[in-house]
Amino acid sequence: MGERKKKVLIYGYGNPGRQDDGLGIKLVEKLEAQAEKNGHKSMDFESNYQLNIEDAHTISTYDLVIFVDASVEKDVDDIILKTVMPTEKTEFTMHAMLPGFILYLCQNLYGKYPDTYLLSIKGYEFEFMEDMTDRAKENLKKAINLITGFLFSSGRPEYHSKVIMRGDRPE
Amino acid sequence: MSRKLTIDPVTRVEGHGKVTIHLDDRNNVIQSRLHIVEFRGFEKFIQGRPYWEAPVLVQRLCGICPVSHHLAAVKALDVIVGVGPDGLTPTGEKMRRLMHYGQIFQSHSLHFFHLASPDLLFGIDAPPAKRNIIEVAREFKELAVQGVMMRKFGQEIIRATAGKKVHGTGAIPGGINKNLSIEERDYFLKGEDPLNIDKMIEWSVAAIELFKDYHRKHRDMVDNFAAFPSNHLSLVRKDGALDLYHGVLRAIDHKGNKILHDVDYQNYLDYIGEEVKNWSYMKFPFLKNIGREEGWYRVGPLARLNTCDFIPSPLAQKAFEEFRAYTNGKPNNMSLHMHWARLIEVLHAAEVMKELLNDPDLQRDDLIAEGERCEEGVGVIEAPRGTLFHHYKVNKEDLITMCNLIVSTTNNNEPMNKAVREVADQMISGQKAIKEGMLNAVEVAIRAYDPCLSCATHAMGQMPLEVSLYDAEGELLDIKTK
Repeated sequence: MGERKKKVLIYGYGNPGRQDDGLGIKLVEKLEAQAEKNGHKSMDFESNYQLNIEDAHTISTYDLVIFVDASVEKDVDDIILKTVMPTEKTEFTMHAMLPGFILYLCQNLYGKYPDTYLLSIKGYEFEFMEDMTDRAKENLKKAINLITGFLFSSGRPEYHSKVIMRGDRPE
Repeated sequence: MSRKLTIDPVTRVEGHGKVTIHLDDRNNVIQSRLHIVEFRGFEKFIQGRPYWEAPVLVQRLCGICPVSHHLAAVKALDVIVGVGPDGLTPTGEKMRRLMHYGQIFQSHSLHFFHLASPDLLFGIDAPPAKRNIIEVAREFKELAVQGVMMRKFGQEIIRATAGKKVHGTGAIPGGINKNLSIEERDYFLKGEDPLNIDKMIEWSVAAIELFKDYHRKHRDMVDNFAAFPSNHLSLVRKDGALDLYHGVLRAIDHKGNKILHDVDYQNYLDYIGEEVKNWSYMKFPFLKNIGREEGWYRVGPLARLNTCDFIPSPLAQKAFEEFRAYTNGKPNNMSLHMHWARLIEVLHAAEVMKELLNDPDLQRDDLIAEGERCEEGVGVIEAPRGTLFHHYKVNKEDLITMCNLIVSTTNNNEPMNKAVREVADQMISGQKAIKEGMLNAVEVAIRAYDPCLSCATHAMGQMPLEVSLYDAEGELLDIKTK
């Protein structure tokens, strides 16, 4: 009896009307088109302005989830893929949530949570404009290369249990 | 020695505001203010853009209620393309209504189950670590799951009607760009438990009972917390029914007397003025016929249930009758009853969604109406947080030359300031020591209005929560960060 195919979700979030804040959404758009073109039907795609409580239910039905978001963090030079672990840490607004908090909620409500990663893509400008900056576009290309290598390294979706990958170190 | 307390930012609301409370040497409150410290710029940004882009562009304002801005903008543009507020095709209007009531349902559910319920379930003065959704998930798991699934149901309604969750394009000037397929309809009507409309109605009824049970046990607190008389304003249907998508503007005073008599919102500038104050980026709207001092009003669920005559759906109407009977038919001015009103609207939204989902008009293909182009239009909608105004002028080249927005939270600016003052007077004035629970009480009063401060000022940013104490000379006495 063959091994059950792992269910994979790529989840981009941000506001594409705010320049580089839309990096996560753009990545999902491009990757979804690429997957459709190449006939990869083993993964699902999701987008939203921000993460929220209902995402705890959404991710509970997957084996692997990769969140994709724009980042202004100092430790993100261009792109970085990190393991996400459940955490109680929340934003003070509580209308938008961190991936680790979604995992924590998922664990508490459904007794399980998927292997989860956060792909952070460096963004630079967040004004009321649609066009991303050139540097962000470059980072987006790197992110797509990284994530496709990560998922399709042997021609079918695969992933590792622990990983920190940067843009210049595709594995 | 007088002191100043600062709550910065207010938590479990959207956006960034701070509260300052000035105390005299006996710790009596002498002044309180809710400051909005973000800067607005969207109305300038949108000038020069083609008008048909507006329904999508306005979703950049905020990721919390993009559907409300989407629909308010497109309602204004309906006027500009000559269709007017009443000229849509049945499919166009009903698809928009389904989208809007889906938005109301998910937004209100999020607010009650996620943002407000920790205060109600664990108490306003419970330790801060206790007052969050994780603790609700631990101790009231079934309730937390209900909140998650109700929110998800509403979000899926938005996806099905707007086309997608991010920058939905469903509503376009003069109509809608898609109908609802049979498959989409059946997903909501007959979906696997619990994601179907009947379960949503059942849970909505249960949520009202939850609030009523809490009310029975804490009647004194719920009735007296941040209770103050005010005017109330909202849209109502022409026959006086609650209608969150369209209607005429009605305002009543705290005794229930009509002070704005079901007027056409295209002329809103004749009735509503906006005052600027130098300590906040958020304006202070008021009814011109009453004046700046006394003309401020509340909007949102409480105001809507005060202004309307009835609710046109059976279960919500029954709940409404009980709600109105509690104040003997007079306006309800108790801030925490906002939660009660909000949950009645959740039930109404669920009932409306069911009625719409069973309406065959949603599968028809007459999506767009056409008319004679004009240069100015106003769109008003009852967003989850209250009345939302969008006003545009467009030149002959189809470019937007003027935009004015009055968002729900702005309409509630003065009421939120009043609520802060009421709670400060009740819970902080004269106390020898200021405890964290007292400061949370101030936040609870603001949170009842579910303010979206990003929306109100149209900006982004982030600040830590900081509470500072100052003496009369402005010297910092103490500082605490949450």
